[in-house]
Amino acid sequence: MQEHDMSWVRTEMALAQPAPPTERGAYAWVRKNLIGSVGDTVLTILGIAIVLWILPQVISWAFLNAQWTGPDRTVCTTVTQGGIQPDGWTGACWAFVNAKFGQFMFGTYPIEERWRPILVAILFVALLVPMLIPRVPRKGLNAVLLFVALPIVAFFLLLGGVFGLPVVETSRWGGLLVTLSLSFVGIAVSLPLGIVLALGRRSKMPIIKWLCIVFIETVRGIPLITVLFFASVMLPLFLPAGVTFDKYLRALIGVSLFAAAYMAEVIRGGLQAIPKGQYEGADSLGLGYWQKMSLIVLPQALKLVIPGIVNTFIGMFKDTSLVLIISMFDLLGVVKQNFADANWATPQTARSGLIFAAFVFWLFCFGMSRYSMYTERRLDTGYKR
Amino acid sequence: MASQEILREEPSRGSFINDPRIRSLFFQTLVVILLFSSIWWIVHNVIENLQRLHIASGFGFLRSRAGFDISDTPIAYTSDSTYFRALVVGLLNTIIVAAAGIVLATIVGFAIGIGRLSQNWLIRKICTVYVEIFRNIPPLLVIFFWYSGVLAVLPPPRESIHLPFGSFLNQRGFYFPRAVWGDGSWLIGVALLLAIAMAWFVAHRARQRQKATGQQFPVFWTSVTLIVGLPVLAYLLSGMPLTFDFPKQSTFNLTGGFWVKPEFLSLLLALSFYTAAFIAEIVRAGIRGVNKGQSEAAAALGLRSGPTLRLVVIPQAMRIVIPPLTSQYLNLTKNSSLAIAIGYPDLTATAGTVLNQTGQAVEGVFIMMIAYLVLSLVTSFVMNIVNARMALVER
Repeated sequence: MQEHDMSWVRTEMALAQPAPPTERGAYAWVRKNLIGSVGDTVLTILGIAIVLWILPQVISWAFLNAQWTGPDRTVCTTVTQGGIQPDGWTGACWAFVNAKFGQFMFGTYPIEERWRPILVAILFVALLVPMLIPRVPRKGLNAVLLFVALPIVAFFLLLGGVFGLPVVETSRWGGLLVTLSLSFVGIAVSLPLGIVLALGRRSKMPIIKWLCIVFIETVRGIPLITVLFFASVMLPLFLPAGVTFDKYLRALIGVSLFAAAYMAEVIRGGLQAIPKGQYEGADSLGLGYWQKMSLIVLPQALKLVIPGIVNTFIGMFKDTSLVLIISMFDLLGVVKQNFADANWATPQTARSGLIFAAFVFWLFCFGMSRYSMYTERRLDTGYKR
Repeated sequence: MASQEILREEPSRGSFINDPRIRSLFFQTLVVILLFSSIWWIVHNVIENLQRLHIASGFGFLRSRAGFDISDTPIAYTSDSTYFRALVVGLLNTIIVAAAGIVLATIVGFAIGIGRLSQNWLIRKICTVYVEIFRNIPPLLVIFFWYSGVLAVLPPPRESIHLPFGSFLNQRGFYFPRAVWGDGSWLIGVALLLAIAMAWFVAHRARQRQKATGQQFPVFWTSVTLIVGLPVLAYLLSGMPLTFDFPKQSTFNLTGGFWVKPEFLSLLLALSFYTAAFIAEIVRAGIRGVNKGQSEAAAALGLRSGPTLRLVVIPQAMRIVIPPLTSQYLNLTKNSSLAIAIGYPDLTATAGTVLNQTGQAVEGVFIMMIAYLVLSLVTSFVMNIVNARMALVER
């Protein structure tokens, strides 16, 4: 028998002990995150005070007291202001947004023709969604359809004049239609232009290099409004007498050139981050300049700067709102234009309209930034430490 | 593309078409010819158009009478002043709003950025919400929100909101007491300058003493005492010459005090709150960019969390922070041109008016471009000096 064996080997595992009560559960979380020290506790109380001060006001203004539907200003004004609400009432006037929704989306695009922008929007979503989902095959065809075919179709569909569609002049376009179309074309133009400018800035040919530097630095040094002024008052002077072109097109040129200069700097950062060995490797394989760039350098460089590129896109999307200064009506412009409507003149109109516009801009920008974070994680092939 | 085709068609490398120098010369000549011919074409068109529209050219218009009023004038200006003076007023307004915005945005941005790294969950979340909201909406919208959404719906002057220190807020703007400097108040200024000089001297000596002996001296509190104490002493000695002109409510308006117009206020608040969101992200990235080993080493040396932050983390974080911070300052300066949308007379707005009145678009846009370029260059120059002082000194 082994009873008197001095050595002892444990045959079953010791049971794991639970963590001390101060280190687990909700209490530990609260202690670590909210009341870690005296200063922390003070900050927490301050934070709770801020939240308790702001949140109820926001909720009661935006939801509880808000007016969702109504024919005119009476639903959003108090009795003394000539409306139906009790005195001292404040709440969002979503009825204003509701009544003007069509204008906010399409501007003064004729109502019976609004199926055209809606169709373009459906096509856009149908092409964009498969483009954004990595698993869907045929990315090349999809890109050609989205960036080449769609703009052509959209151009004829929105402008009309062919296949018996009545012409809708760009001066009648407005709202989200202008915001989205300006930024889409701006994105599609500024990326390739930015790549060309960035390559030009790193070129060995001194004249081309200096031209690119002067262009990039000048545009980056001046505000977009100046560029838009330039596009709207100087471009007509640059052309022979009698040749005029559309204000929408002029804004498009201004926005695209502006974004291209910023894009060029972002891409240059990526180009600089590619080790010299990659360039030399391409040279030693006997690749020409464009082969070297398009097959070896740019795929790596662009991947590195995806966050910067998307930030430039977001910046450009936000900047399209400035076209209102050269009296074009994008989403923000239409919202602002409607403040002047006497039918809806209430103290809450401006606030409600602007918050609606802010929400729409926010959705698009936030979506873009989240998608870029997702792409960054997906393409991260482990070069980072 | 052309280069590839040539390579495939002519495998022999002896041809001069494949000589990179000749090819580069050819392309550059082509670019120069294209550039000059398009410039010539544009200049030709511009001259023709200007003649057809009977618009004068040259900068002679700067000396003629402006004939329009400007609401905010930091220097003396009437509608009889010249166009040049109007543009200077605009430039000064741009500088004022940009400088004030930079200061406010930096303070708010640093607070929010540090808040996003706080141990405290609630503070962290509040700061994240702030950043995510303001980063993703256009600055112009923020300006409109302050202008039409908040300031325009404040009560009229008769029902002004009373704020501490005798200031008032109503739909015509923000009123606060104006300091009136009496006789002998120059003594206070002298005392302040003297205090700053003494504080600098104390800091210098304290540093030398610490290097030599290792003993520390409470520099911060000494400096605060000097800078606050000396001017107060001078104020009392010179017979209290400083009084305040408080804004007073009259029937229709407020009189006296210092008046900040809603245009300026909404522009300033919007620009600084918008830019602060970006500065917060830069500050957060900067602090997180400092290697964790640095703060652990500081802890191992026995430094408490305050000195660790002040002596180890922040100096290294500033190296990461300053270059992008500079570009945010430049962005803020450029975004101040959005003033035109709410009628604050900045450079773009006044130049736009001048441009419309005289029709001299080429000169107007040229002046705008040069002014903003110079402003940008000056800002980057100053920030480059700061950057050079902060940069890593490698031994």
